[in-house]
This record gives sequence, C-alpha cells and structure tokens, in this order.
Amino acid sequence: MDAKDILGLPKTPLPITQEKKSQPKKDSQRKPDGISREVYALTGGLAPLMPSIDTSQLKRRPPSDEKITWQWLPFTNSARKDNLQLYHWVRVVNGVPPTGDYSFAKYNKSVDIVRYTDEEYEKYLTDPTWTKEETDQLFDLCERFDLRFIIIADRFSSSRTVEELKDRYYSVSRAILLARAPSSGDVSGHPLVKEPYNVSQEIDRKRALSMVLSQTKQQERKDAEVLAEAKRITESRMAARGVEESTLHVASNAGPEMAETATNVDGTVSPSSNAQLASVAVAPSTSVMAENASTLASLRMLRVYLRTYALEQMVQAASSTAGLRTIKRVEQILQDLGVNLKPRVPTKAVCAEHLELRKEILTLLNLQKQLQYKEAEGSSFRDGSYTEMPGTPKRSHRDQDGTFVPDSMSFGGERAGRRDQKRKGPGRLSEAPSSPAHKRPRKLKASDL
Amino acid sequence: MSKPEDTEKKILNKKLKDVEISIPIVYGNISFWLGKKANEYQSHKWTVYVRGATNEDLGVVIKRAVFQLHSSFNNPTRVVESPPFELSEAGWGEFEIAITLYFHSDVCDKPLNLYHHLKLYPEDESGPMSTKKPVVVESYDEIVFPEPSEGFFARVQSHPAVTLPRLPAGFTLPPPVPVEDASKRKRGDTKDHPLSQWFMNFSEADELLQLAAARQQVQAHIAKLRRQISLIDGQHQQLKSPSDQ
Repeated sequence: MDAKDILGLPKTPLPITQEKKSQPKKDSQRKPDGISREVYALTGGLAPLMPSIDTSQLKRRPPSDEKITWQWLPFTNSARKDNLQLYHWVRVVNGVPPTGDYSFAKYNKSVDIVRYTDEEYEKYLTDPTWTKEETDQLFDLCERFDLRFIIIADRFSSSRTVEELKDRYYSVSRAILLARAPSSGDVSGHPLVKEPYNVSQEIDRKRALSMVLSQTKQQERKDAEVLAEAKRITESRMAARGVEESTLHVASNAGPEMAETATNVDGTVSPSSNAQLASVAVAPSTSVMAENASTLASLRMLRVYLRTYALEQMVQAASSTAGLRTIKRVEQILQDLGVNLKPRVPTKAVCAEHLELRKEILTLLNLQKQLQYKEAEGSSFRDGSYTEMPGTPKRSHRDQDGTFVPDSMSFGGERAGRRDQKRKGPGRLSEAPSSPAHKRPRKLKASDL
Repeated sequence: MSKPEDTEKKILNKKLKDVEISIPIVYGNISFWLGKKANEYQSHKWTVYVRGATNEDLGVVIKRAVFQLHSSFNNPTRVVESPPFELSEAGWGEFEIAITLYFHSDVCDKPLNLYHHLKLYPEDESGPMSTKKPVVVESYDEIVFPEPSEGFFARVQSHPAVTLPRLPAGFTLPPPVPVEDASKRKRGDTKDHPLSQWFMNFSEADELLQLAAARQQVQAHIAKLRRQISLIDGQHQQLKSPSDQ
C-alpha cells in the first residue's frame, strides 16, 4: 500500500491487508497469521488502517549464530563520585560482555551555577542584608540541589523566604555575568540579564495564586458574576450605541478591568430602556446565583432606581432558565395562593419575600417534573404489566391535604385528566376520581413494591 | 477636628458601599367629578402628585418634579420646583403621565422616571357619580440609592422621609449637617394636605404575612415531593437488582 511505501516497511504480504478491499467481512472470521486471534483483537479488531503490528516480526527469534547467555556481573557508574561497585544481570553475546558506561549515567545532569571568587565578592556582590557566609552557603546549596529553591529554603540555616533566596541568587549571578563580560552587549541576550528577577512582583504573583487556590465556592461565584457583569456591560454598551448616551465609571469590588459603560437614554430608568437593558443582557451566566448577583451589580450601576424595577429585574433573572409556560404556571400558582403578582407595598422586605417565593415555586415545579420522570422510569421497569402502569402516576396525586392543592398545583390539571382516561385495569376506575381536585389516597398493593 | 475644605469635599463625595438609602413614596392621582360645573372639555378636576409614603417632606431629596401631560394641554410640560410635588388640572380624558424626578446635586445627578395612568372615572360605572367622593389611584414604590455619597448620607440621616439601613459594623457616622431652620422654609410635607383625607394606607405587614403563609405552603409541598421522590428512588433500586440478567 502507499502508506507502507511511505513508511518504508517491508512489503510482507499480510492476509488482512490484501483482502481488505475485497472482502472485509471474511477477515473477521479469518485468523491472522503470526499471532493469536485474541492478541490481534487487542489492536482494535480487524483491518487497522496501517498495520501497527508487523506480525511476521513477532515470532522472530534471535539469529542462531549468536550465543546468548546472561551473567551476574559487577559494574561501575561514571555518575558516582565514589567507586561503588554493584552487580547486575548482563546479556552476554558469544562470551563478550557489553562495553560502555552504565546506561543510565547519561541522565546525571546538573545545573551550571556561576561561582564567584572572594575578590569578585568584595568588588561586586556585597549587600547590606546578606553576609558572605550566607551567600556562600546559598550557592553551595544551589549547586547541591540544582536550584530547587523550596528544598534550599528548607535547608537554609537562617529563615529566609524562597523569594529572598531567589532574589539573592539571581542578582548575584547577574552581577557576576555582567562583571565578567567583556562588554555589556555580549551578555545582553542572556536570560539572566534580559529578565531580572523581580522580588515584589513574584511575591504578589504567588499571593494572588494562593488566593485563587484557596477561594471558596462563594468567591468563585462572585468572580463569575462579576465577569458575567463585565460581559453584559460591554454588550449593552455596543447595543446602546447610536442612542443618546452618558458614560459611567464602574467601581467594582473585585477590581477586574471594566471599561466605561453607557447608560440608556437620558440616563433614566424608563420601562422601555429597562426592556432594552434586559434584552441586551444576553451574556449567559454560569449559574443562577451569578445571574442574580450580576443583576444586583447592574442595579448598583444605575445610581438610582425604583424598587419595583429592581424586583422585576431580579424576577427575570431568576426565571431566565424557565420557559414561558413555566412562568405562566408560576403566576397561576401565585394567584391561587392569593399573592399579588406585583406586590402592592413593594418594600425591601416584601420584595425579598416575593422573590424567594417565586424561586421556591420554580423549585416546586422542577420537583414535580422530576417526579414525573421518575415514575415514567418506574413504569418501564415493569415490562408489560399494564395493570400496574396506570397505578403509578396516581402516586403523585396522593395529597392528604386536599384543601391546599388546587388543580394547578398538582401536576397541572390537564395532565391528570388525560391520565384518567387512559386508565386500564380492573377495579381502579371506580376509585379514580374524575376531577383532579378530589384526589384520594390509593391503597398500596403488594404488586407495587 | 477641623479639616481643610478640599478634603472635606472629597470625603463628602465619597460613595458609601453596602449602604442603601431608600425613599418610600406614593404617587398617583385624585380626581373629582365636577358635576353641574362640568362642561364638554372639563368634566373632572384632578391632581397628580408624588408624596412621601408617610407624608414627610420629599424636598430633602427631590429638587424638582416635571409632569409631562397629554399634548392637548397647554404647556404640557409642567415643572414643579418645590414640594409638595403635585399638579392640578381640569380635563375629561385619561392618559399616561410621565413624572420625572430630579434630585439635589449631592443626591444623584441622574433623574428618575415614574409613569402613572391618570384615572378619572370609577371602576364601578353603575354607581352614581358624586362630586364629593373622588376617584383615587395611588401606587407605592421606593426610590433606591444603592451607593449614596457620604455628604448625602450626612444630610439626611435623621430625616423622617428617608429610610436608612442598619449600618455595617465599625461604621462611623459622619457629623450631621445642621438642618435649616424649618420654620424659615415653606412646609413641603403633605401631612396636612387638603387632600390628605383621601390618601391610601400602605402597610407592608399584611403583604408580608401573606407572603410568609404562601411560602410555608410551598415549602411543605416541596418537602412532600422530595419524600416521594426518594421513595421512588428506593423502589427503583430494589427493582434494578433482581431484574438484571
């Protein structure tokens, strides 16, 4: 094949590849030569695009003219400074042991540390906060531990932070490099010279990293919402272009970069521009909480707003994931509970309660849906026993306080009605209430369990 | 404790985060049928207004209110420069009035819009029209300033029209600005307003109670559903194990 040509593999004819084009079906029944069927199956069954296993090579034995023995022989390691002699098994060919260094010696790499002379120290490297002994010790440790500063800091005699040690090491090395260089141009390309170690920046960076690492979930959420808010702002800014604008500076707690924001016409909080704000806030939020809090943030930006407007926004945010039908059901439930869809006295407390109530109703509807699904699952477990199926949906209708639950609360009136009609099975129909409003508990039968 | 003027200004302009100032207001209209005195173009005498919810003086926060009337009125843009922020007119038609509130410079430099649908005719059309009993439509709302400046805060912290939250811990109140001698200024509150007998009462207590009761019911229902769901989950577990092939 072409692929084999390109790779330069031997053109040994394999039964699989030859027959691949013409008879793909037969191959699965044919046992590949050279290796057992199960082993070949490990490659993913038949006909890989490129035969990765050259089966003819697998059972190849070493050429018979070579006599191989294994011997327990001593060896030395050039990477060691002592002359320790250890023993290991060696593959001896025709009585000749292999030559060469211990095969792992080449991995003994170390860092090239610049070492200074005492003269150089006096001339270039003195520092008020570092004694020569300390600096010497630092460099010894650096050489010994290959610049692993965490370990060096641990073994350092006086308690210095990693950043201090790094700072001293890099500034000394840099100074020496510059001092030894014939001209500054020679070493300007050296990384030590080009990018000097910046202690304060490093300290800040590590602090920021640890803050990010130790962030609680709540902080993560806050950050997510602030970012969502920033996205919203930029999007609303673009949408509001062309309309009379005034700019705002946003003061954010987390302090991410936020550009200037444009407010709506005349900077007023009119319903039409409210709708504009809401419709423009397309930024998908990571969670409901983020959505909620980003609404709060956008409200703060307005500098003045009406409580009713704020509630509207919060309600919209909370229902953002719900479809129109769900929202209508929420409103229906509110009415049934005797609650005003828009509070008559929208104080802060009332608005908060109202919002929480709406959220709880959404939860309620979600749970009802969940229950439906679970019961549908349940009926699929019982294969073909139609006498059981009608029974299961009724379970959810089992509301002991019939007075509380008006039609819309339990399962939505229409659904219950439909179920009633579908009901089969002996005797149940007589128990089945025709109107969903009067649900009676159904006796548990042994067959249900 | 004397500070140079500049620093003081800066401090006063500083925004207070997490401190929200809200002003409860009521806005709406009262309209009287003119009865015998009514003519084709003026069947009712009405007053549209914005007042403090407890009838306190809103002038502490609002500098002026602009009422935008239907274009058929002369000079449909009516500006009211001092409290009480109201406007009286005579007419026959119902229409939407846009009320724009402008605040004092230390409060907010952005105006706020309210919209009120002027109502002249009673809901119940069957009853006899009376010149004595007006049609009253009022809406309660609250003006919220999420990040007030310190200066604003200092000025209004003890004014009855203003609702202040519980201050965060460690918060030191700026020194209160001495209030103008009240007798010098014309009274801007609506406590003794000629129409005050028709003002409606807005108490959050009833609504709170109702909401609390509703929430309780919903929560109980939620708990019930959760129990049912876990019951079914348990049953599914039982069914799964024996039915595995």
